[in-house]
This record gives sequence, structure tokens and C-alpha cells, in this order.
Amino acid sequence: MKQENTIMETQHFRPLDLRRKIRPGESLIQALLFLAGFLSILITLAIVYELGKEAWLFFGSPDVTFAKFFGTTTWQPGIGHFGIWPLVTSTLITSFIAICVSLPLGLATALFLSEYASPKARSALKPILEILAGIPTVVYGYFALLFMTPLLQRIFGDGVEVYNMASAGIVMGIMILPLISSMSEDALSAVPRALREGAYAMGATKFETSLQVVLPAALSGIGAALIIGISRAVGETMIVAVAAGSGPNFTFNPFKAAETMTGHIARISGGDLSYNSIDYNSLFAIALMLFLVTLVLNLVSQSVINRFRQRYE
Amino acid sequence: MNPNRDQFPEGDSFRRSLSGRYRLASIWQALFFSALVIAILSLMALLYNVIDGSFGYVAYQYKNDPAQFTEKPLNDLNQQELLALLKSNLSAGAYKKLDNEKPIEKRSRADLHTLVLERLIQIDTKQTWSMTDSILHSAKIKAEVADQYPGAKLDFRSWLTFDFLVTPMSSKAEFAGVRTAILGSLWMVGIAILFALPIGTGAAIYLQEYADKNFLNRVIQTNINNLAGVPSIVYGMLGLAIFVRAFEPFTSGSIFGMTDTNGRTILSAGLTMGTLVLPLIIINAQEAIKAVPDSLRQAAFGVGATRWQTVWHHVLPNALPGILTGSILAVSRAIGETAPLIVIGASTFISIDPDGPFSKFTALPIQIYQWTTRAQSEFHAIAASAIIVLLILLLTLNATAVLLRNRVQRKY
Amino acid sequence: MQNTQPPEYAIETKNLFIFYGSFAAVSEVNIKIERQKVTAIIGPSGCGKSTLLRAFNRMNDFVPSSYVTGEVLLHGQNLYGSNIDPVEVRRRIGMVFQKPNPFPKSIYENIAWGARINGFKGNMDELVEQSLRGAALWEEVKDKIHKSAYELSGGQQQRLCIARTIAIQPDIILMDEPASALDPISTLRIEELMQELKKNYTIIIVTHNMQQAARVSDYTAMMMLDREGSRSGTVIEFSETKRIFTNPKDKRTEDYVTGRFG
Ligand SMILES: Nc1ncnc2c1ncn2[C@@H]1O[C@H](COP(=O)(O)OP(=O)(O)OP(=O)(O)O)[C@@H](O)[C@H]1O
Ligand SMILES: [Mg+2]
Repeated sequence: MKQENTIMETQHFRPLDLRRKIRPGESLIQALLFLAGFLSILITLAIVYELGKEAWLFFGSPDVTFAKFFGTTTWQPGIGHFGIWPLVTSTLITSFIAICVSLPLGLATALFLSEYASPKARSALKPILEILAGIPTVVYGYFALLFMTPLLQRIFGDGVEVYNMASAGIVMGIMILPLISSMSEDALSAVPRALREGAYAMGATKFETSLQVVLPAALSGIGAALIIGISRAVGETMIVAVAAGSGPNFTFNPFKAAETMTGHIARISGGDLSYNSIDYNSLFAIALMLFLVTLVLNLVSQSVINRFRQRYE
Repeated sequence: MNPNRDQFPEGDSFRRSLSGRYRLASIWQALFFSALVIAILSLMALLYNVIDGSFGYVAYQYKNDPAQFTEKPLNDLNQQELLALLKSNLSAGAYKKLDNEKPIEKRSRADLHTLVLERLIQIDTKQTWSMTDSILHSAKIKAEVADQYPGAKLDFRSWLTFDFLVTPMSSKAEFAGVRTAILGSLWMVGIAILFALPIGTGAAIYLQEYADKNFLNRVIQTNINNLAGVPSIVYGMLGLAIFVRAFEPFTSGSIFGMTDTNGRTILSAGLTMGTLVLPLIIINAQEAIKAVPDSLRQAAFGVGATRWQTVWHHVLPNALPGILTGSILAVSRAIGETAPLIVIGASTFISIDPDGPFSKFTALPIQIYQWTTRAQSEFHAIAASAIIVLLILLLTLNATAVLLRNRVQRKY
Repeated sequence: MQNTQPPEYAIETKNLFIFYGSFAAVSEVNIKIERQKVTAIIGPSGCGKSTLLRAFNRMNDFVPSSYVTGEVLLHGQNLYGSNIDPVEVRRRIGMVFQKPNPFPKSIYENIAWGARINGFKGNMDELVEQSLRGAALWEEVKDKIHKSAYELSGGQQQRLCIARTIAIQPDIILMDEPASALDPISTLRIEELMQELKKNYTIIIVTHNMQQAARVSDYTAMMMLDREGSRSGTVIEFSETKRIFTNPKDKRTEDYVTGRFG
């Protein structure tokens, strides 16, 4: 009894100081964590700075003019030809083929998985797509060169060169398919149930509901998937480096060999390249273009997704 | 009643139109399904293509007759006899060079046997066939070989063997292996994770547990999402400019007293790869931290813990499996990436095991790339074998990640 | 089989049980719903009102674990018979939901879509206008019928959902708490609308609002968990609304409508 009393008393008179205390350890840790987060900004700045610096040197060189860069169609920096178009067109052609393959297939796959497949079938089939998504692109390059090209040659005959844009583009499409399908599936399943029920209550069949109500409602999400798909195709390197050809070639024939922007960077930098040469600088100029294009595409896609989410949440 | 009522099909006419609608629906459903089938077939075609390339007939010839060197059949010679054979038939310079790579006396019988085949007898591969061709057109192939390459031998060969895993690189496809490349990949991934995992987890903790919703933090978050979508070759350019060139004294090891090296080292490769997977690790770790229930934090705060105590003692241990799953996925991404390594200058040919962060390097996907782009079909065969090795490695990693993820899901 | 005589009742249930998995959410319902009248279903939360309502146009089909036993008769045919097409059932029995759920299309398309998929052959512009007038929305939207339906207010959206339902000329309209997400003025408009609609349609409405039930309905079904401790709901009393509210047979009904329930 007595002891209890003293406890009561000491508690009662225990000095209490609620003022904010400085905890050096806590602040230090918080500062370190912030630095870790801030490092990502530094990485972006470093990319912009390094690519920009070398690109600046490239465009600053007396031989290079914007008129030449965008106005001519031969790319041979070593001997003074600076027309970027052959690299750009082949990048666009391979990416276009890839999207032609991956968008319809990916979207149809997503529709099947989200609207028709039973949960059991879905959980059995989705890992297959995930495997497809996890295969390194250099393996797709092997597949393009040693499976798709012979296949195309068998179908379309001798017009198909050993290295060609079509085969690289198609295989790139297969590579991007899982990405488009999983993003589209997310968009489709984010469409609220109430909307489907509204359609069913009008006497719509399941198919009419899926295609005419759910699909349009998910369209912006699918658009975001498409944009990300394009960005992936434009930036993809190994498939085109292996299968599309190793030399800039200004052509619109998909069965011909033509090097893309990424393929060009890979081939030139793979050799023994001397720093501070115009070749070296030109690679950074190309990489800067790639970076900016994919950056814009990613930003657009992200803002589309954010708006899409807000709408249905 | 309503005049519009007559404008809708009724009874049988409605039923007919309805069955038409159902028919259309099933056609489309079949189309959707066939897209999935195409995806599955593509995967199967890819796997088949790789396996098909790894096995099959090979027609080859000995450049020099074994009888020139020894009376006994080559397979019966023991280690000492093989050694003697090499010593007496190789030029002094070549012998010295081999000895420098690894003392010849210490090499195993199998190694020496390979050396004899490679250096003295010298196999000359004439042609290779895929597995399917070898099985289906066996007779035709035999006739062809007899006709075109008289004196050549025809063997059914598995290019993927245990030896393939443990032999270093060689300029002859028949004797090449992926040992150097696998070691290079492991070194590189190890450095990448050592670099990216702590920083990535720290950044994720900052964003989830500390960051207010202010402009700077929003920029950081958006920036991370964008970095995840930057083409990998751009990271290669960054690595080339920063790690290989700007940090050369560090990455080449010259400030640590290394000589005779440049910035194109395993360390540069690892740091580049670490930068590449950093956003991935951050995003995954954020998800893992988000999944930790808020009640846990409140409980910790409730007993007077500081923010860091809460994070360290309660949030992190619970998020750890998720963070690890994310890092495994990051590892498998790093193992398969090729383009950045090409850009920062992977070596085209090294046969010596990497012995530290300042070694020159090659990696598994680099080997695949180089062998695939060679013209001779025997190199395609070893490219296919290396792909199988790579895919098995990735499958193992991903299976681990899935197991880990399932275990975590069961917990909550 | 099609009867030439107009049937006596709009919907008749016989010994209806509705299950989610092994759990009978609704058990033993036997009611006969009059044609061209408004029938209200009332009862405490979780007693199975929505479940019962959705059983009338087979919306529960979309809950994978759910199934029914017993019969729901429309024109003498069991809706759950083996040769019944659920799409045709829903084409005859429309539904308006608790939260307005217009399609992400224009106002015009929201109405035209259902008519089009159901093979409407007449003048679409006319149908759209008539349906919007029928739902008392025309005056408010006639200048912007090609704008997105999402630009409308909640109350307007709900009336749009009613308009698109009446556009396909169903026989019966089911409404699950159609006014619960709306302000009093919008609620009033919807109630007025129901009085108008019952000239042409049979309406079944679920509501938590006693005054609303008393105001709009001709008949009322009182649902309740069938006994203490059970989670299964059933219709404990079904008769004219007047009677339910003035002279109920069941003590529990009386407690509920007078607000003496917990
Ligand atoms: N999809 C479902 N799966 C399983 N059980 C369900 C499902 N929908 C409803 N239930 C259960 O069935 C019972 C009746 O639910 P119902 O939604 O019909 O109630 P309600 O009377 O409409 O309630 P409220 O007035 O809150 O809308 C509840 O116990 C509910 O938990
Ligand atoms: Mg309800």
C-alpha cells in the first residue's frame, strides 16, 4: 500500500516536457532515405546531361547541319553523311509491324481472358503470357533470325532478305503482346460491374456487352497500353540488332534489311569506338532522340492511365 | 399503347435475330481465343526452335589424322601421355600461353583430351543439322555427307552438355562453353543488386513512409515511373558516359593500383545494370510496403515508437518477402539484358574467369548475341544451347519469386 | 408456348429459394405481382430484397455461385426453365439500379443502343425523344443529346437510365432503390415518373424509404429474416400497401413500418 502511494506520487510529479526534440539519428536516416529517392532525379538529369552534351557536340560540328540531318537520306557519319532518315524509317517500320501484330492479338487475348475465360482457365493461361514476357529479347532475336526469317522466306519467296525488318517487327510484336494484353486486361477489369449489369438488363448478350459497352469504357486504358507498346517497340534493341540488318538503308520494303536507331547504336558502340569522334557523338544524338520520344510516350500513357483510374474509382 | 412497340421484332422473328446475335458472338469468341492460341503457339515455336537447334547431326573431319601423333586410340591415353603429346607437338609459344592461363600439368585428363583435339588434331566442322532434320531425313543426310564430304564423320551430337557449362570460351564452336559468361553474369548481377537493393529499398521507404504530398515528391514518383520505361540501350549510353568514361579511375581500379585495365569492367557493367533495375526495385518495394497494414504502424506509434523505429521493426520485416520477390524479378531482368552491355563494351572474346570487379567481362546474353550473329551453323547450335541455359536460369529465379509471393499472400 | 390471353399476373413465384453457394439468401417466396401496378419490396438491410429482385430478370446469373430452386413464372413460363433464354428474359424485364450507370456514350447513344441491339426498325430519333419525354428528361437535355451522358447530374443520369429502359419497351421494370443516391427533388421527380409509367408498365421497386413505399406503391411485400438467428430472408407479408401501413397482420411488419425496429 505504501509503495503504491510513492509510485502514484512520483508519477504525479514526474516532469513532463513535450517540446519537439531533435533526434540526430532519426534526422540522419531521413536524410539518407531522401537521398536514395532523390538519386532517381539525378539519374534522369545525368541521362539528359550526358546525352545532351555529346549530342550538342555532334550538332555543333561544322559538318553537321539540321538541313543535312533532317533533309538527306544517307547515314554515314564516318564519311560525312548525316541524314537521319534511314534509321528513323526503319525504326518506324519495325515498330509499326510490331504494333500491327501485338495490338489486335494482345487486345483479343485480353478480351478472352477477362470476359470469357473461367477464373481457373485464366490462372492457367496467364502464366504462359508471363513466360512470354520474361524471355530476354536476345532470345527473341535468335528466334527472329533462325525461325521467323526462314518462315517468311518459305511463304514469300526469295524477295525476303536474310536480315529484314518484317521478321524483326513480327517477333517484336510477339514480345510486346503480353504487355499490351495485361495492360488491356487491367483496363477491362477496371470497368465497373454496374456498367455490365446495365447492359445485360437491356437484353444485351455477353458479347454485345463486352464489345460495345466494356471495350469502349476501357478504351483510354487500352490507349495507354498501345502507347507503352509503341515506346517499347521504338526502344527495343536486341531483336532488331540481330535480325533487322546491320547497315542503314533507306527503304520502305519490310523484306529488306535496314538498321534501326537502336540497332545502329548497338553495332557501332560494340566495335572499338574512339571517344570524341563524330561517330561517338552521333550515337548520343540518336540516343537522345530515343530518350525524348520514349519519355513523351511514357508521360502521355501515364497521364491517360491516371485519368482513367480517377474516372472509375 | 406505345406505337414504338410494333417496331421491335417479336416472337419468332425476335428469336431468329437473337440466334443470329449468338452466332456472331461465338465467331468473335473463337477469334479472341485464337489470338491466345497464337500467343501460345509462338511460345512453343520459340522453345522448339531453341531445342531443335541444340541437338542434331554434325558432319566433321579431322584436319590431322590422330595416327600422326600416337599409335594408341586417343581415348585410351592417360593424363601423362596426353601431356607429353601436347608438349612435343605444340609450339613453345603456344604451350607457354596455355600454361599461363592455367598450369598445364594441373589440368584434368578431360581438359587435356579436349586440348589435343582442339590444337593438334583440329576438328573441322563441315555442316550441322537441326534435330528435326536429323530425325526425319537421316538417310538423306547420310547420303549427302558421303557425297559432299568424303572422309567426314557424321555424329548425332548434343551441343548442350555438362562440359558446355564448365568450359570457358573458345574460338571453335565445338570446344566452346559458357563458364566465363555465366561467371560474368553472376558477378555483374551481384554488383547490380548490391548497388540497387539498398538504395531502391531506401527510396521506397522514403516515398511510402516519409514523403509528404508535395511537388518535389510527386516529381520523384513520376520520374521513377518514367525511368522504368526508358529503353535499356539508353542506360547503356549512360553507363558508357558515366561509369566507363567519367569514373574510369574508379571503375577500372586504377586508383586501387590496378594497371593495364580500362573502364570496361564488370564493375561498370554491374553499376549500369543496377541503375537500370533501380526503378523496378523501387516500384516493387513500394508495393510491398503498401501491402503492410496500417494498423501495424498505428500500433507501433501508439506505444511511442519513432517513425524509423516503426519502419525498421515493423514495416520492413513484414515487407521483406515482397521486397525480395521484387529483387528476384529485377535480377532476372538484369540477367537477360543485353543491349546496355554491348554499349558499355563487353569483351567479344575472353576465356579467363573473371576474378574481381575490375576484370574485363562477358555475359551469357552477350555470348548468345555473338554466336547468333555468326554465319556458321555450329555457332547457332551453341547459341541455342546457351539460350537453354539462360532460360533454365530465369525459370528457376521466377519460380522462386512465385513461391515467395504465394507464401506472402497466404500470410495476410 | 405463348398464351393469347393476357396473363392474370405479371410475375408469380412458387416456392422460390435463392442460394449463394450453400447459403439460402432468400427462402420460400410465394407472391403474385399484379400487372400495371407498382409493387414495393421493403425490409431491413441484408434480408434479400435485391437478391429477390434480381432473380426476376436472372441478373443473379452473373454471380457464379448463385442458383435458384422453385419457379418464377412470367406468362406461365418458368424463367428458370431449361429452354429459357436469359437474354430474352432481360429484354422483357428491364432494370434500373441503385446507382445510376449510364454507358460511357452520348445521351442519344445510351438510349439508341438497347433499341438497336434488339432490332428496332422504326425512327430512332423519334424513339429517343419519346423515351426521354417518358422519363421526364427531354426538356433538360434536348440541346445536348449528343454530349456524353457523364455530363448529366446524378438525378438526370438516373432518369436517363429509366429512359433507356423504357426505350426497349419491356413488360416489367425492376428498380433497386432507384432514388437512394439522389436528392429530395430528384427523388420526387422519379416518384412522379413511376406514377406515370405504371400506366404502361408493371413496376417492382425496392426501397428503404417507408414514405416512398407508401406514396408510390399499390402493393407491398415485406421481407424479413425468416426467424431469429437465421440469415435467410423471406416475404413475411404481402398485400395492398394501404393495409401494410395501416393494418398489418404481422407484428414484425407493424414494428418495421412504424420504425420501432432497431
Ligand atoms: N454475390 C453474393 N454472394 C454471396 N452472398 C451474397 C451476394 N450478394 C448478396 N449476398 C448475401 O445475400 C444476403 C442478401 O443480400 P441482398 O443484397 O439481397 O440484401 P438487401 O436486402 O438488398 O440489402 P440492402 O438493403 O442492404 O441492399 C446477404 O446476407 C448478403 O450477404
Ligand atoms: Mg439491396
